[in-house]
Amino acid sequence: MAELSYRDAVAYAIAQEMRRDPNLVMLGEDIAAAGGVFKTTVGLLDEFGPDRVRDTPISEQAILGAAMGAAMTGVPVIAEIMFSDFIAVCFDMLANEIAKSRYMTDGQVSFPMVVRTANGGGSRFGAQHSQSVENWCMMIPGLKVVAPSTPEDVVGLLAASIRDPDPVVFLEHKSLMASKAEIPDGELVDQLGKAKVVREGSDATIAALALMVPRALEAAERLANDGISVEVIDVRTLVPLDTRALLTSVSKTGRFFTVEENPRLCGWGAELVSIIDEEVFWDLDGPSIRITTPHIPLPAAAALEDMAVPSVDRIYETVLKSVDTGSRS
Amino acid sequence: MPTDPRYDYALREPRLPSPVDTSLAEADIDKGTRLGMYRKLQELRQFEKRAYDLFMQNLVKGTSHLSLGMEAIAAGFGTAMRPDDYTFATYRGHAHSLARGMEMGPAMAELLGRENGVLGGKGGSMHLTDAKRGMMGSYAIIGAHLCIANGAAWSAQMRGTDQVAVAFFGDGTTNIGAFHEALNMASIWNLPVVFVCENNLYMEYTPIDAITAVDNPAADRAGAYGLDSILIDGNDPDAVFLTARDVIAKARRGDGPSLVEAVTYRSGGHSRADPGKYRPEAEIEAWKGRDPIPMYHDRLLSMGTPEGELSSIEREVAQAVDAATEFAKAGAEPGESALMTDVWADGGSQWRN
Repeated sequence: MAELSYRDAVAYAIAQEMRRDPNLVMLGEDIAAAGGVFKTTVGLLDEFGPDRVRDTPISEQAILGAAMGAAMTGVPVIAEIMFSDFIAVCFDMLANEIAKSRYMTDGQVSFPMVVRTANGGGSRFGAQHSQSVENWCMMIPGLKVVAPSTPEDVVGLLAASIRDPDPVVFLEHKSLMASKAEIPDGELVDQLGKAKVVREGSDATIAALALMVPRALEAAERLANDGISVEVIDVRTLVPLDTRALLTSVSKTGRFFTVEENPRLCGWGAELVSIIDEEVFWDLDGPSIRITTPHIPLPAAAALEDMAVPSVDRIYETVLKSVDTGSRS
Repeated sequence: MPTDPRYDYALREPRLPSPVDTSLAEADIDKGTRLGMYRKLQELRQFEKRAYDLFMQNLVKGTSHLSLGMEAIAAGFGTAMRPDDYTFATYRGHAHSLARGMEMGPAMAELLGRENGVLGGKGGSMHLTDAKRGMMGSYAIIGAHLCIANGAAWSAQMRGTDQVAVAFFGDGTTNIGAFHEALNMASIWNLPVVFVCENNLYMEYTPIDAITAVDNPAADRAGAYGLDSILIDGNDPDAVFLTARDVIAKARRGDGPSLVEAVTYRSGGHSRADPGKYRPEAEIEAWKGRDPIPMYHDRLLSMGTPEGELSSIEREVAQAVDAATEFAKAGAEPGESALMTDVWADGGSQWRN
């Protein structure tokens, strides 16, 4: 067991995989000598050299294009897009080229590649460096989408993403970078498409992702003091989606909440709610409720950003009010 | 209707072709290579003429973008490339696919949306791909595939295979950001990639010189990326072949990328929907006189090739196109079983359990 920060877990996973596969390469802005602007790639240049750890110009289309062309000709690649907001400048690559080319060519080509990017708010960076873009990626057939909440999951899920033969968008949360946890020794490889029940409960299910997972857990702890037993599910991967874990939990608890950092419209939770309604509606004791950032660009000021993104208080109060109302009806 | 040539492009001064460089008959290209190029020219021309006829019969749905008049570029490069080199083409990619050896039957069947199409009907005219022949795809969003070609070239460089990637694109592509990102990256990484601008003088419906800061949209930008300015006659297969041979050899020996601007003209409009009326009549007429195929036919005759040898190539190709048409027409419509396959590498499309 070793204690590892979420930030160090990224380089730890990449090093584990680059040692395993001598063909694996990575590219991105400031990832080599600088170790990445979030210090997630520190040490990789020293160990693996400049041919395998490549700095690029500020050219997001060229970065993803190079990754795609290398992947389709047999070289597995990790590409870093510094902030997930910048996916917007290379969205053609992601949405039109990388995601669709396997289907369009009747399976002639494959894309063993990972697009890593720093996602989410809490850093007071304002509307263009704080977005949660899970839903941008989730809505495109052909992309897998992963968003870990713990250092151990960063290692295990990043390794699984690298070994996956399909393109994976791997969202690293900026506000979790400093969080630390013990991780087991030895090679760590997890599985995509597996949600994790991180707290068991019987009265309500909360599905959360990345930074919202620790907040949901803290809210659940407070709700326990009010006699409400909450099950918290860390969704972990949006595509493939572990609907079985969600359906099983909701059938047991009868209440469903999502905690989403993205702005309201078309957030990932909306898809989950729709699946729950279609498949276990008669097990529900009340309406499913989405706790999201309002449908606004994220403001920069700390006070405003904290009002926007779902907080422990907001999760606590929303669940308390809803479950209370339900029990009185 | 505007009558100002700034807005009514058909009133502009015609851009006329350069005269044929007759000295190319003396170029160091062996007869077999030249006859091979003539066969490719015939294949590309006859295939696309048939494709056009099939649109008219409503057997080809959707859109399609023909290279009629521009075949010398695909034929010249296709001849100079090694079988394991990589081609990246645009939505105007029929010619480049055939020039790399894609079989005509499955290509035609793809245009007809049939199960026996090269992509099983899932890609269509704008996405022809034949990865096992190095035809790594036709990309329908301007600019992207230059960046992707870099990746294939980077991969070849890392694997030490001395393969070369060639990306073909139109003049319109030179004004999108991805073009500039790709050229810069290719140059700084010394990638074995060749960028070939097929300047047919029109970005879709607009003259390229009306919307570009420089006269030669690719060649005049080369210097910005530390590359030589290479401007060639894209309607002369020998000129194209000689340049292709040089720039591919340069890339193969590790001396980095090249940007080639090949000036040409499309006989028809941008796509199926476009009659091409924005072009001055005199310009269209002048370029008809520079059609690469009769010119090359005459050059081969003047070099002593018997007429019978050329006409038998033409006849063989016509038979192949007929056979491809029959193959395509005989294909079934794709079945439902194909719909949900090959989103993922496991062959399926499952996104949940």
